[in-house]
Amino acid sequence: MLQFIKLRINGTERSVEADPATPLLSVLRGTLGLTGTHFGCGANQCGACNVMIDGQAVASCDTPLWAAAGKEIVTVEGLGTPERPHPLQRAFLAEQAAQCGYCTSGILISAAALLRRNPDPSEPEVRAALDRNLCRCGAHNRIVRAVLRAAKEAS
Amino acid sequence: MKATAQLPVNLKANPRLSRWLRFDAGGFVEVSPGKIEIGQGIVTALAQIAADELDVGLERIRMKPVTTASSPNEGTTSGSLSVEQSGSAVRHAAAEARAIYLNAAAQRLGVRAETLAVEDGTIVGPGNLRTSYWELADEALLARDATPGVTAKAPGARKIAGRPVPRLDLPDKVFGRPRFVHDLQLPGLLHGRVLRPVGPGARLTALDEAAARAIPGVIAVVRDGSFAGVVAETEAAAEAGLAALRKGATWSLAATLPDEGELADWLKSQPAETTTVDERHPTAPAPVARTVRRQYTRPFIAHASMAPSCAVAQWTGADKVHIWSHCQGVYNLRADTALALGLQPENIVVEHVEGAGCYGHNGADDVAFDAVLLARAVEGRPVRVQWSREDELAWAPMGAAMAIAVEADLDAGGGIVGWRGDVWSNGHVSRPGRMPIPTVLAASQLAKPFERLIAFNPPMTAGGGAERNAVPLYDFPALRVTCHRLLTMPIRTSALRTLGAFANIFAIESFMDELAAERGEDPLAFRLRYLKDWRARAVLEAAARRAGWSQWRKRDGAGHGIAFGRYKNFGAYCAVVAEVDADPDIRVRRLVVAIDVGEVINPDGVANQMEGGAIQATSWTLKEAVRFDRSRITSDTWETYPILRFSEVPAVEVEILDRPAERSLGAGEAAHPPTVAAIANAVFDALGVRVRDLPITRERIIAAAG
Repeated sequence: MLQFIKLRINGTERSVEADPATPLLSVLRGTLGLTGTHFGCGANQCGACNVMIDGQAVASCDTPLWAAAGKEIVTVEGLGTPERPHPLQRAFLAEQAAQCGYCTSGILISAAALLRRNPDPSEPEVRAALDRNLCRCGAHNRIVRAVLRAAKEAS
Repeated sequence: MKATAQLPVNLKANPRLSRWLRFDAGGFVEVSPGKIEIGQGIVTALAQIAADELDVGLERIRMKPVTTASSPNEGTTSGSLSVEQSGSAVRHAAAEARAIYLNAAAQRLGVRAETLAVEDGTIVGPGNLRTSYWELADEALLARDATPGVTAKAPGARKIAGRPVPRLDLPDKVFGRPRFVHDLQLPGLLHGRVLRPVGPGARLTALDEAAARAIPGVIAVVRDGSFAGVVAETEAAAEAGLAALRKGATWSLAATLPDEGELADWLKSQPAETTTVDERHPTAPAPVARTVRRQYTRPFIAHASMAPSCAVAQWTGADKVHIWSHCQGVYNLRADTALALGLQPENIVVEHVEGAGCYGHNGADDVAFDAVLLARAVEGRPVRVQWSREDELAWAPMGAAMAIAVEADLDAGGGIVGWRGDVWSNGHVSRPGRMPIPTVLAASQLAKPFERLIAFNPPMTAGGGAERNAVPLYDFPALRVTCHRLLTMPIRTSALRTLGAFANIFAIESFMDELAAERGEDPLAFRLRYLKDWRARAVLEAAARRAGWSQWRKRDGAGHGIAFGRYKNFGAYCAVVAEVDADPDIRVRRLVVAIDVGEVINPDGVANQMEGGAIQATSWTLKEAVRFDRSRITSDTWETYPILRFSEVPAVEVEILDRPAERSLGAGEAAHPPTVAAIANAVFDALGVRVRDLPITRERIIAAAG
């Protein structure tokens, strides 16, 4: 059943007409054209579609619209811009912390959520926070270095 | 550097200079290679080469996406050949273009070309005479064929190649800008989904389409034999349509798959084509005191790309189609599409758009052909087809399972005087565009199906397939290596990073370790005794030094191991030292990789490839095996096909042995083979248990110990 649902995405109010059971991911990518968040498995097993909801990293493929309504949603597009990059984005570029980059946006979100709750994480804490994010190219260690660098530079 | 007497192969095949380069009056150069970005950073490396030869800043280089509409045909982006092949072609084309523009400048300025220099595209002559590529920009200048005899810069004179430069594609990926084919937004875009069969041998015997057609937003249901799918206005409607089709489908299931518990026996009992890979006979055979025999295996391995395969297709006429694909070879996909549908190749345009990391022949071509089949039902509108995670893990081609038997004849002192190897495997290549029958998945599922190609092995001059690296690089006086390529293929196999090299080096380097242990000799010293090639010795010694091999202190439950491989026996040299803990699952703590790729174009790019390769190989070694019952692939989720996670990833240290005077060799596949063997050898060092069947799981260790 279609309903108008209000979403607050990257600081902006958006109203979409959709079935409240629709996964948030398909509204982000389809209706709103925010394609930085990626589909990986559709089953909350890989982290490619992670977005921040009220500060927590969650899989948007597995989150129905109704559960996101009225909350603060941040996607990779909302983290920063080339002109005003998020410390993590700056650090990922400095460390060249990617190969194919498909998993990058979800990992940036998981890392951003980590730094919100723990601005000065240890390396094992970074690895634990990213453990639900899969990377197939083997960029893990660069990614961990980038997160630690971002934490250091932000402090 | 001496003038090239011959054109680089890919330039010879595509000699028109304007296909490779275009100077723009706006102050930039368009470079148009035929190799594609698959997450390995090749586009950046090629831009570095062009910038260097042309004497322009890297920011003036614009890399064009690859398309059959205009790009040179450089075949597939595979085999770690891109820097070697495309790099040399781009370098030569750029050097010749520079010379042509200098001549044009000389004419305009009334001086001799030798008196001119180029500074960031500005051409400077005596007495402050000036012009530029941008002032002279004229397409007619490069509308000619490349000629041999051009002198490229000496490696020492290069300012950009050889330095770490940031990847050109990363900013888009870090800021979440559309970059992948998955993100493509075209006017009127529709969404398609394909109903894959319940198993590789299953046939669709009946399909009730009514429920799917009744779903709002579903525009078309397509069925052709065992191929079926839906097209809809939205992705959600396409998913709903697919679910309805699935309910309405009746399949005949066939138990065509082997017993996954008896893979080695199965491999060795199939009809096969047997070839001798290499033979060496001593003039005076040494006496053999005894012979040692071992067998090593690896399972089928999945590409397991992070992104399910995706493509967009749009029919622009009854016999004309445009395809957007993350395939490895645009001309190959075009050829297969033309074959499968009886179209003229020139009526098909295949445009490359990036996908997620690509480690060989994955589902990219298959999903593109799916999109072509579905889009035909809605001529004029683009249709985007995306596979599910389950499709990706179960239906993309697999890396072939292998069994390798090795025998060594030993003299009285335990030295090796003879070596024999036998490799049993499916072929490692069934790529599209190379055969008289199409190999895209759906082509064998149509009502008038094409025969399914049995995967073959590339020739040894290209490195071979199943037999890749089956011949040890060690100097044994007598040797015979044989390959048995299966003539049945119940599980579809094709190129996965390193082809047979991963398992063959696992076998050779494990066996070398076993023989060293029997002799009671240090595994490094044992290897060096049989290795004459100085570059091979150098990587082994460099890895050992960096890892502190000789200072290792043995402690309970920990071990270290070393291994070596020269990819394809004529590519990059790589040695790896692995350090593991067994607690009781195997945890790889540290990998030290020493690599010689000849002249290095982007050192950070090489380091990134080494780190990635070593980590991916660790995942294959410790965790990965395609699972199946007798009728279907069962490892079709991340839970049933687990890969290495952040908390399990080892520290990786990379030492690059730069050899500016040596030809550049590909880096993308060099680290995998020695990594698996180094880990297996470290497990033996830690536990005294030799695991010869991959993956090295707790169950396998228990089985090997028993």
